[in-house]
Amino acid sequence: MTKKDIASLLHKQLGLNLKESARIVDKFFEIIVETLSAGEDVKLPKFGSLKIQNRKPRIGRNPTTGEKIDITSRKAIVFRPSKILRSKLNSDKNEEDKVE
Amino acid sequence: MLKSQLEDKLTAVFKIDQELSQKIVFSIVESISTAINEDDRVEIRGFGSFFKKNYKAYKGRNPKTGESVMVPEKNLPLFRSSKDLISKLNKF
Repeated sequence: MTKKDIASLLHKQLGLNLKESARIVDKFFEIIVETLSAGEDVKLPKFGSLKIQNRKPRIGRNPTTGEKIDITSRKAIVFRPSKILRSKLNSDKNEEDKVE
Repeated sequence: MLKSQLEDKLTAVFKIDQELSQKIVFSIVESISTAINEDDRVEIRGFGSFFKKNYKAYKGRNPKTGESVMVPEKNLPLFRSSKDLISKLNKF
């Protein structure tokens, strides 16, 4: 699924025209990207949250040559799915013996 | 950023009803969840992709008691951020 498919769903479900739907979907992700780029977390209830996590600097190695490389500290984005989304993906299985 | 703040921004940018913004955000999030669940990889350029990964059942241990337990097979949604987004985030 791509942005185009999401836009056509908005068109079908909400009756917005396709062009407008496409602009809205673009903006939707643009806002999220901007927020994350600014270092702020994004929380979407029932779906999950996108958090910024700091990665510590470490010494990496080139696996072929064995050469040492300094890897500087950096930021990464971590997705924490909500319980609702997790259970949705497992709804065909026994929910009671699921480890929570 | 909370869902409500995202809705407020859409309301302001497109000059639409708050109610419509709520419906839009709900529809987009819902469509992504459904696609992941149906094993359809969701790929958004410049942002990242969501996909479902299946984990097989394995024998785990309760770290506190050392008791061995069977962890059942499960599916988890995963997100991989796009390289564009990572480089934006690490720009200084």
